Amino acid sequence: MSDTNTLTYVRKEMLPEQAPPSSQIGVVRWVQENLFSGILNSVLTILSILAVIWIVLSIGPWLMSSIWNSGSLSECREILAAAGAVTEHGTSGACWGVIKERWPQLMFGFYPSELYWRPTVTFLLMIVAIAPVLFPSVPRKVLWFSLAYPFLAFFLLWGGSIWVPITAALGFGLGYAALAGLASFGTLYSTAAAVIVPVLYWLYGWAPLSDGLTAIMPIAIEQVSTSDFGGFTLSIIIGLSGIALSLPLGILFALGRQSNMVLIKSISVIFIEFIRGVPLITLLFTASLLLNYFLPPGTNFDLILRVIIMVTLFATAYIAEVIRGGLAALPRGQYEAADALGLDYWRAQRLIIMPQALKISIPGIVNTFIGLFKDTTLVVFIGLMDPIGLASAIRANSAWQGIYWELFIFIGAVFWIICFSMSRYSMHLERRLKTDHK
Amino acid sequence: MAMDSGAPKESFRLSMLLYDSRYRSYTIQIFVLFGLMLGAAWLVDNTVKNLAALGKDFSFSFLWNVSGYDISQRPIEYSSTSTHARAAIVGLLNTIILAIMGCVTATILGVIAGVLRLSKNWIVARLMTIYIETFRNIPTLLWILVFGAIMAEAMPAPRDFRGDDPVATMSVFDSVAITNRGVYIPAPQFERSLGSLDLGVVAPSLDAIAFIIVVILSFWANKRVLRHATAVQNATGVRPVTWWKSILILLLPAILLLLALGFYLDYPALRGFNFQGGIQLRSSLIAMWLGLSVYTAAFIAENVRAGIQAISHGQTEAAAALGMQPGKTMRLVILPQALRVIIPPLISQYLNLTKNTSLGLAVGYMDLRSTLGGITINQTGRELEGMMLMMLIYLTLSLLISSAMNVYNSRVKLKER
Repeated sequence: MSDTNTLTYVRKEMLPEQAPPSSQIGVVRWVQENLFSGILNSVLTILSILAVIWIVLSIGPWLMSSIWNSGSLSECREILAAAGAVTEHGTSGACWGVIKERWPQLMFGFYPSELYWRPTVTFLLMIVAIAPVLFPSVPRKVLWFSLAYPFLAFFLLWGGSIWVPITAALGFGLGYAALAGLASFGTLYSTAAAVIVPVLYWLYGWAPLSDGLTAIMPIAIEQVSTSDFGGFTLSIIIGLSGIALSLPLGILFALGRQSNMVLIKSISVIFIEFIRGVPLITLLFTASLLLNYFLPPGTNFDLILRVIIMVTLFATAYIAEVIRGGLAALPRGQYEAADALGLDYWRAQRLIIMPQALKISIPGIVNTFIGLFKDTTLVVFIGLMDPIGLASAIRANSAWQGIYWELFIFIGAVFWIICFSMSRYSMHLERRLKTDHK
Repeated sequence: MAMDSGAPKESFRLSMLLYDSRYRSYTIQIFVLFGLMLGAAWLVDNTVKNLAALGKDFSFSFLWNVSGYDISQRPIEYSSTSTHARAAIVGLLNTIILAIMGCVTATILGVIAGVLRLSKNWIVARLMTIYIETFRNIPTLLWILVFGAIMAEAMPAPRDFRGDDPVATMSVFDSVAITNRGVYIPAPQFERSLGSLDLGVVAPSLDAIAFIIVVILSFWANKRVLRHATAVQNATGVRPVTWWKSILILLLPAILLLLALGFYLDYPALRGFNFQGGIQLRSSLIAMWLGLSVYTAAFIAENVRAGIQAISHGQTEAAAALGMQPGKTMRLVILPQALRVIIPPLISQYLNLTKNTSLGLAVGYMDLRSTLGGITINQTGRELEGMMLMMLIYLTLSLLISSAMNVYNSRVKLKER
């Protein structure tokens, strides 16, 4: 064994570290690896850059010369022409004046302008009511407000006597009282009573009671007719009601489709497949044209309510299918473990099956909700003034005739913000509920 | 010691209907059945009373009355003197045409966008993300209206093509004219046409039928050749060269048929105030087609991405270990497995697109909803019958699509125990 220290050609001290070659670090390397790693990639990169440049060049000047202060399209074009924003196709520039001028209309539709505070307050309260549902850090006591919120919102938006929503809410109170009061007689009787008592109350007791109370204590605010509703208020009313109602119904139908009872199962299957097989628009037309045929002669109820029912039914079928997927993904052992613990069907569902199945189906459920919210635009076909309907109404006015892009961009942006936040929230929820250790 | 032979025999008591889980389900179902029958009877009774009050009967005879309205896009012969039934068929055909066009382009766009979103190329992946998130989160109705407005507002009028120095020119070697009245493309024509086959309701062109038959036959023959090549390869280990045979079999018969029939293209040309000749794809069709395709493609892209990501990376590595090239890895290892994940959501996207064709009214596209469910209902006042018929047709369409796709799905499904 020779001593390496004595060999002259072996270096004795470490060389100082040298910086890597410039082609292997920083921007150059990143560009080479991510943009020009091969012929195909280089072509794609160049094409993408060209596309971006083309988009910027075609939209940029139009956006850059935006005009916010103008009362009509012709006035806006005059300002643009004076500013010199003229291209070969004529004056070019965005006329956002339409958004500024018609902002209240796009938000509230034809709601009486002196009552705009009511939808605004409803919207602010909505944030308070939804917060405890979405975020566990909000105090749990706020949930009581969330329960009361639908009745409060109805009162604020539609107005009229305060006793109508209060006496309607009383039905739920009666149902709960029946459930709690008859609990000692067994779940079967108390559940049946909790369903039958409120239904009977709403059919026969509700109207006289609210009329009577209104006669005794006429506390009321100005009533607003359904035909005055519109804009994003309408979209949010329909969307939120549909979301809140379709989840529990969807769970029921998903369970019904899994049921051992032939009749329950076939009813669920037929309902789900029928609703999923027809376009929403045909259901909306059924709501507006046909419902009068199916109800006792002379009955007529609110168009928005009918639309909410149809949108809910539509979303229910999709939610049921999503949850069925979640149920199917659960290992059989979970059901057996629930049986082994001696839990009955509803307890097993509530404590073991549903928490897991719902967690699995979160992405699908939220996607359905997003779809539902986007589908609220279809109400324009049955004459309700949602934002898209208002866009045509605004264009019908001579001041803004021929204005397309500004309105479309604004409406699209609002929808985008709401839907994108929903999908981000679902990702957040998935992360929060994640219990595995992958 | 006498063993008890089992549980003591219980006599049936009435309370067991409620408390014994063996019988309770029957009780519940009987109650539900009664409720259901009562509800149905209530609805039918109301409907009968309402119809009587309005002085209407329930009959579909209105379908055979003269419709009296025109339909701009007519795949089969139709005029305002045709019946409502024929108007409904025209609408249905328009719905199907739009659905097929939309599904094809949405699939192509969606697969490209989905694959590119996973690309290592930073700018391409970002652009695709922006595209997908933009289109997914804005209602399809708005997209349809946007494309409708682009067609109507931003495209040149036919008169802009006139003159020595026209404002607009025709694209693709002077064969395609994009105007605000629609897109005009060349139409295939035959000098020695075989005529058309009169089937009463529809009269398909014999030329098209002959062409389709020839194409199907050549595909079948090509499959035979490939199967033979595989058999030879299995027997001898050497695969015979087949590519020139395939090209000949696939192309030659079709070209010969076209030559025999005297095939030529009829180019659109500006005559008078409008373009004549060629095929006119109306603005409404283009707006619906683009709107539905790019919207649905964004969803399909997400499905494709999820499908590819669902395949574990070990599969790629295993393929690499076997010495496969990246292209072959994708084609033979990743895609066949990813398809199983992609197909079911893809089916529901096709269904969604088909159902969304019912938004045609927004840009004046005369689909089933606008003919049978729109003008016919308004003219005859037969909401009940018309809506029922329309729902039935949409239901049948949906069930057909999902069953066809389920057959395919069961064929590619993983064969497990």
